[in-house]
Formats: sequence, C-alpha cells, structure tokens
Amino acid sequence: MVYLDNAATSFPKPQTVPEAIVSFMTRVGANPGRSGHYLSVEAERIRYGTREAIGRLFNHADPQRVVFTANVTAALNLVLFGMVQPGDRVVVTGMEHNSVMRPLRFLEGRGVTVTLVETASDGTVDPQDVASTLDTPARLVCTLHASNVIGTVVPIGEISRICRDRGVPYLVDAAQTAGCVPIDLGKDPIDMLAFTGHKGLLGPTGTGGLVLSPSFDEKLIGPLVYGGTGSRSEQEYQPEFLPDRFESGTCNIAGIAGLSAGLDYILTRGLSEIRAHESGLVHQLIAGLEAMEGVTVYGTSDPKKRTAAVSFRIAGIDNGITARRLSEEFDIMCRPGLHCAPRAHKTIGTFPGGTVRLSIGPFNTEADIDAALSAVAAIAGK
Amino acid sequence: MDEYGVILTFSTGHAIRTENVLAKAGIETKLIPVPRHLSSDCGSAVRIKQRDRQKALGILAQNAVSIDRYEPL
Repeated sequence: MVYLDNAATSFPKPQTVPEAIVSFMTRVGANPGRSGHYLSVEAERIRYGTREAIGRLFNHADPQRVVFTANVTAALNLVLFGMVQPGDRVVVTGMEHNSVMRPLRFLEGRGVTVTLVETASDGTVDPQDVASTLDTPARLVCTLHASNVIGTVVPIGEISRICRDRGVPYLVDAAQTAGCVPIDLGKDPIDMLAFTGHKGLLGPTGTGGLVLSPSFDEKLIGPLVYGGTGSRSEQEYQPEFLPDRFESGTCNIAGIAGLSAGLDYILTRGLSEIRAHESGLVHQLIAGLEAMEGVTVYGTSDPKKRTAAVSFRIAGIDNGITARRLSEEFDIMCRPGLHCAPRAHKTIGTFPGGTVRLSIGPFNTEADIDAALSAVAAIAGK
Repeated sequence: MDEYGVILTFSTGHAIRTENVLAKAGIETKLIPVPRHLSSDCGSAVRIKQRDRQKALGILAQNAVSIDRYEPL
C-alpha cells in the first residue's frame, strides 16, 4: 500500500504516537487541571509540555497562549464567530478552504462583509493586493498558509507586517503547513495561528489549536463554549485568563499525549530535514507527471513555494475514476474532487470537476513516488 | 527548620508554568494541592521556601508569569 493522502491526515504516524496514547490511557488516565492528586497533575504536565512543544516549533514564548481545540476548523470558528460582528469586514484570499468560507458565508447573512483577494491561477498571493483592501476598515484578515489543493504557500510574513502596520488583526490557517513549513511567530507578527494536530504535526485526529501572539488582546475574542475549566471553580462566570477562557470541558488529553509524541518526532528529526525530504519527492512527482501526455499539473513547481500536495488531471478521464483505480488496482491512496475548497478550485479553473490530489508525507519514499507515477501512466494510457 | 510559603495560581497549568520557570532559576519548588484554608480552588499550588519569596516573585514578574498571590504557610 502506498499512502499519498497526507494532506487529509498523515499516515502512518511515528510509532511513538500510538504508544504515547496507550501509555497515557493505561498509566495516567486522569483529567488534567481538575484536581491536585498526582495523576491529574501528571496529565496536566503532559498537556503543558505539549503547549511548550508547540511553542518551540513556532518560536512562541508563552505556553499559556496555546489554546487546544478539537481541530483547526474549531480554532478558526472560535475566531470568526468570537470576534467578527455584524457590520464588520473580513479579508480573505481566493484560495481558502471551506473551514473559513462556510463560517464567513454564514456570517454574511448576519451582515458581515467578505472581501476576496484574488490570486494568480497558481494560487500565488501578492501581499500588495491584501494591502490595497485595507484602505477601508477591516475587522480581520484571514488567510491560509498553503493551499490544500495545490500546495502554493502564501507569504504570511509579508502579510503579517502589512496587517500590523494597518492595525488589523491577522489570523493564519496553518492546516497544511504546521509541521511541514517553517512558521516563526517570534519574527512574523501573526496575531493568531490556527493549527491542526493530525496532519503535519503527526498527532491523532481530534487535536488542534490556536496560538495567540503576546501582543494580541484575547478579549477581542468571545468564547464560543462556556463551562468547567478546573480553575476558579468558586465562580459562575467564565475565567478571562488563557488558556482557560477558551478551553471549557474536558479536553482530548489522550490525543494531546499522542500529539506531544508527534511534536517530539518533528523537533528531533528537524523541520528542515522533513521539508527537504518532502521537497525532493515533490520534485520527482511533478517532473514525472509533467512528462506524461494528457496530464496537467496545477500550481507552482518551485519546491520552495509549495507544500507536498500535488494536484493533477488526466484529460478525458473522470477524477473519481482515476482515484478509484489508483486505490483498487494499484493500492495507492489519494483524494479526488474539490477537497472541501470550491473557492480554490474556482480560482485555479478546475471547478466543478476538481482534481486528483497526491499528498506526500515524511514517511514516503522514492519507491512510493515511482509506484504512483507508473500507476498514473497506466491509467492515462488506457 | 525551613519555613514555607505557597504561590497560588489561576490553574494547575499556571502552577506548572510557575514551577518550571522557578526550577530553571534554581529555586526549589514542590507542587502541592491548594491548602483549603487559603482558597476554595481544588487544583495545585507551588510551595517554595519563605526565604526564596522575593527572588521567586521577581523571576516570575521578569518572565511575565501571572500568579494569584503568595501566602505564608
């Protein structure tokens, strides 16, 4: 089996990830922050240590400003619904995922205005195009860091500086880049970074979060969920301090234990090494696909400007059939269609048919790419 | 015999952060359940030696670690 659907969720995970989950559930098991007994404290140490590891990966100093959520969609919804009010304007790009577009389309019905920054057909965003939308007041700029469809990386550093100069909060959707592409919150003034745990960070599903910069006023975001936090139990009002303000209810601590192991793997192997490994395989894959007659590859071929999600089409063959044949005849896992991103497919000109996406992970090999190329060539030849 | 005090924090997570920052600075700490006579909170607090109080509170302020308060035991 060749797994090339890492942009949906990474697989396999480092063996230490399931081991950490089993270890937590058999050795610790307690609820973090809910008591003073040593198992609860041990659970809290695991959760706190995971916040610290997130901070190391993103060069972020304060672990208490790392808020855990169920996934990146929940983190994005927290900001969009907790911060944006009727009458506000939000600036996004033409490459966003439905995790941003669906909340915003709903909020439009409540009187929010959405400004779309158009991109080039390869998904490239010109930061000056973002800047030119900020001549009128905006509540928020929200962009993804890289397209889940074609992998194009958005220049979030430049955009963050533009937003900071204009005094507009900036939210980055790092679903496709956390653990794959360097993110430096110490250098770039990104106010809010939403991440998922189960893709590039190699943790289990059901993990994710929001990192808030030290200068961002968290009171600009109202909580979406109120309830028990294990802290300030004498009060019937939600705590205002972080991370408890946004972490009501028992968290997925078993998943967070697994996420911690995923982060350890990345920090030990090194993000630059993982990036170089994936870039080499991307080059191999794109070169092979572009050499095939009838195959169109979308997005940039420059490995520095893209992630390891590669979209293509075979002329005259339905994408769903290509994907089914890759799975059933060649034992290769991919994802066809619109990838929950109709807006991005409209931008690159592949709506409504979509594309076939092969997405590489840190455990793929050159042999995997050879197998995929042989399979695509066989399908394209028939 | 050593005399102790306790740093009360907003949550067990904050207590662990407090403990980590103080440990890096070489201050001896112990995480203990919050003494009931000091707070109704059911989490953890950081015990330190009373003679370390001034140094510890200074280090926490330098590192922007927010605490509730210090109480002698």
